[in-house]
Amino acid sequence: MKKLLPLALGIAALATGSIASAGTLDDVRSNDVLKCGVSTGLAGFATPDDTGEWQGLDVDTCRAIAAAVLGDAKKVEFVPLTSKVRFEVLKSGEIDVLSRVTTWTLTRDVGLGLNFAGVNYYDGQGFMVSKDLGVSSAKELDGASVCVQTGTTTELNLSEYFRLNGMTYEPVPVETSTEGRAAYSAGRCDVYTTDASALAAQRTGLTNPGNYVILPEIISKEPLGPVVRHGDDQWFDIVKWSHNAMLNAEELGVTAANAVERSKDANNPAVQKLLGTADAGLGKQLGLSEDWALNIITQVGNYGESFERNVGVKTPLGLERGMNGLWNDGKTGIQYAPPIK
Amino acid sequence: MSVTDVPEKKPFSVGAMWRDKKARGIIMQIAAVIAVLIFIGWIVANTVSNIKNLGIEVGFDFLWTTASYDINQSLIDYNATDTHFRAAVVGLLNTLLVAVCGVIAATILGFSAGVARLSNNFVISKLMQAYVEAVRNIPVLLQILLWYTVILHSLPKVKQSVAIIEGVIPTNRGLYLPQPLPQEGFGWVWIVLIVALIGAFFFKRYAKKVLDQSGKQLPAFWVGLAMIIGLPLLTYYVIGQPLEVSMPVLKGFNFKGGFALKPEFLALWLALSIYTGAFIAEIVRAGIMAVSHGQSEAAHALGIKPNLTMRLVVIPQAMRVIIPPLISQYLNLTKNSSLAIAIGYMDIVATLGGISLNQSGRAIESMSIILLVYLTISLVVSGIMNVYNERVKLVER
Repeated sequence: MKKLLPLALGIAALATGSIASAGTLDDVRSNDVLKCGVSTGLAGFATPDDTGEWQGLDVDTCRAIAAAVLGDAKKVEFVPLTSKVRFEVLKSGEIDVLSRVTTWTLTRDVGLGLNFAGVNYYDGQGFMVSKDLGVSSAKELDGASVCVQTGTTTELNLSEYFRLNGMTYEPVPVETSTEGRAAYSAGRCDVYTTDASALAAQRTGLTNPGNYVILPEIISKEPLGPVVRHGDDQWFDIVKWSHNAMLNAEELGVTAANAVERSKDANNPAVQKLLGTADAGLGKQLGLSEDWALNIITQVGNYGESFERNVGVKTPLGLERGMNGLWNDGKTGIQYAPPIK
Repeated sequence: MSVTDVPEKKPFSVGAMWRDKKARGIIMQIAAVIAVLIFIGWIVANTVSNIKNLGIEVGFDFLWTTASYDINQSLIDYNATDTHFRAAVVGLLNTLLVAVCGVIAATILGFSAGVARLSNNFVISKLMQAYVEAVRNIPVLLQILLWYTVILHSLPKVKQSVAIIEGVIPTNRGLYLPQPLPQEGFGWVWIVLIVALIGAFFFKRYAKKVLDQSGKQLPAFWVGLAMIIGLPLLTYYVIGQPLEVSMPVLKGFNFKGGFALKPEFLALWLALSIYTGAFIAEIVRAGIMAVSHGQSEAAHALGIKPNLTMRLVVIPQAMRVIIPPLISQYLNLTKNSSLAIAIGYMDIVATLGGISLNQSGRAIESMSIILLVYLTISLVVSGIMNVYNERVKLVER
C-alpha cells in the first residue's frame, strides 16, 4: 500500500539508521532545502495551485521557516502526508518539521516525543450536513451515519460527544479528505465531521457548496500548529520564533510591502529588533542571520496577511478571524506571541 | 538395498575438515545462522537505542488503556469505553469474517468456473475464460475500490430505498436483513441439530457398509439431509416457534433493527472472492486436466454415469493436484483482506494498525502484533490444509 510506505520507511529508519537527535539546522543548511510535512491536499491549509505551487496557511509556516533559515521562502520540499503516517515520518527524520493541521495534545507532545512550536490556527471540531436534512443542531443527529477521517483526534471527540449526549451513530471511517468527500457525496453518511476550518475547505470541493451548512456546535478544542522532534532545542526555537515573528509583525503593523522601509525606522526599537536592524544580536542567538525575520515578512508576509490570503473572508473558505484574531483586536482574538527582544 | 559406507579413520585436522563435503556444509550453515542472528540483533539493538534517544515510551501497556473510538461492525460487544486490546480483537474477528466468507465464496465460484471452462459448450467455456483473464490481471486493490464505488452509487439511498421482499432492503449504507432473535427454549433446536448431525454420520457409515457387503446403494445423502433439516424444524414447531424476528424499520436517519451487511464488507467480500475465484478456477482446470483421460474412459466403459465419474473418479484424483496451490490462494485471500483499509472496513489493520496506532503512537508494537497475527493465521490455515492434503494425496503401496 502506497500510504503505508512512509510508515515502513520510518520504521526501517528507526531500525537501521542512527537518528540524529540534534543538528537539524545543519542538515537543512547542508541540503539547502527544508523538508516540510503537509496535508495531502486541504484547501486553504496546504494544496497545490494551478501552477503546482503549494499554497495555504500551513504551507506559509513552512515557507517562513525556510526564509528564516535559508533566506529563501521557495527552498521548501513539501512532503504530503496522511494523518496516519505523519508522526512516524517526522520521528524518523524524513522531514524537518510537520506543519499539517495537527492538534496539540498532551499525549502527542509528551508520549510521542514531539514538541509543538505554537498554534497557527485555533480550531474546533464541527459538523456539516446537507440542508435537505433540515437539521439545525448537532443534538438532532441521533442515529445518523457520520463520515470521519480515521487516525485523528476527531474520532475520539465524536465518540465522546455522542456518548455524553446519549445518542447513537454509525461511524464511517475514511482515509483521506478526498475519499471522505466521495463517500459523503455518494450518500454513505449524513454528516461529515472534522475541524470547522477543514469543513469549510471540504465544502468548497463539493458540487453544490451552498447546499451544505456547518452546524453551530463546536465540540472540541483543536489548537493546530507546527511540530518538531524532541531533542533538538535549537531547531525547536527556530520554528517557534519563525511563527512568533509573523504574529509580532502583524501586531507592529509590519507588512510584506512596508517591511524594508519600516526596518529603517529608528524611532521604533521593537520593529528594529524584529527586523534585525537594532544590532541586538537576536538572530545570532537563534543561530541565524540578523535579517531572519525580515526575510520572513518580505517573502511570506505577517500572520494576518497569510490568514487573509489563504483562508480569510475573501477566499472560497470564507473564514472569519474569530479566535485567530490578535489578542488586542478588542474582539474574540487570542493569538498572542511573546515579544521579540 | 543400500550399501553403508564405512568411513576410514583419519587423523583430525582443520584442513581435512574443510575438504570434507559434509563437515564443510555444517560449518557454512552454522556461520550463516550466526550472521543472520547478528544482523537481527543489530537491528533490534539499534531500534531500541534510537527509540530511547528520542525519548519515546515503549511497551504493550497501551493495549489496556481505553480505546475511545467506535467501530461500525463488530461481532462481539464493543463500545468506546473498552480497551485497545478489545478493539484489536474486534478487528481480528472482522478480518477472519471476511476471510472465511471470502474463502467459501471463492471456492464455490472457482470450482464452478473451473469446471465450466472445460465444458463442451462454446459460450460457457469462453465466458469463463473471459472472466478468468479479465479478473486476475487487474490489481485487487482497484477491484475493491471499484466494487465499493459501484455499491455506493448503484444502490438506492436510505430514504429512497424499497424492500425487495419484506425485510430485505438494499441501500448504499448496507443490505438490511431481518434478524432472527432466538427466544427461550430455542436451545433445544440446537441440541436436536447436533443429534441429527451425529445420526446422519452414522447412517452414512451404515450405508457404506451395506454398499460394501451387498452392493446395494442406500440414498445416504438424501436421508442425511432430511435428518439434518427435518428434525430441528420439527422440534422448532413442536416447542412452539421460539423465535422472534427483528425487522429493519426506517427511523430517523437510518434503519433500526434487523441486521445490516455494510457496503464496506460487501465490496471487500465480492472483490476478494471474485479475484481469488479466478485463480482457483485455473487451479481446478489444471487439476482436472491432469487426470489421465483414460481414467474417465475406463469409468465410462464400466457403465458409471458421467456425474458419478466426475465425483468418484476424476475429482478425487484431481484434488491431489489442486490442494497445494489452493492453500496458497486461501492464504493470499486472507492477506489481501488487509487492503480493507482503503475503503474503511474495520479489520485488524484498520483498528490496531490504524486508529489505535495513531492514538497511542506505538507503531512498532502495533505492527509486530499484526505481523504475528497474520503469521499465525497463515500457519494455521496451511497446517489444516496440509493435513487434508495428506489424506487425499496418492497413497503409494
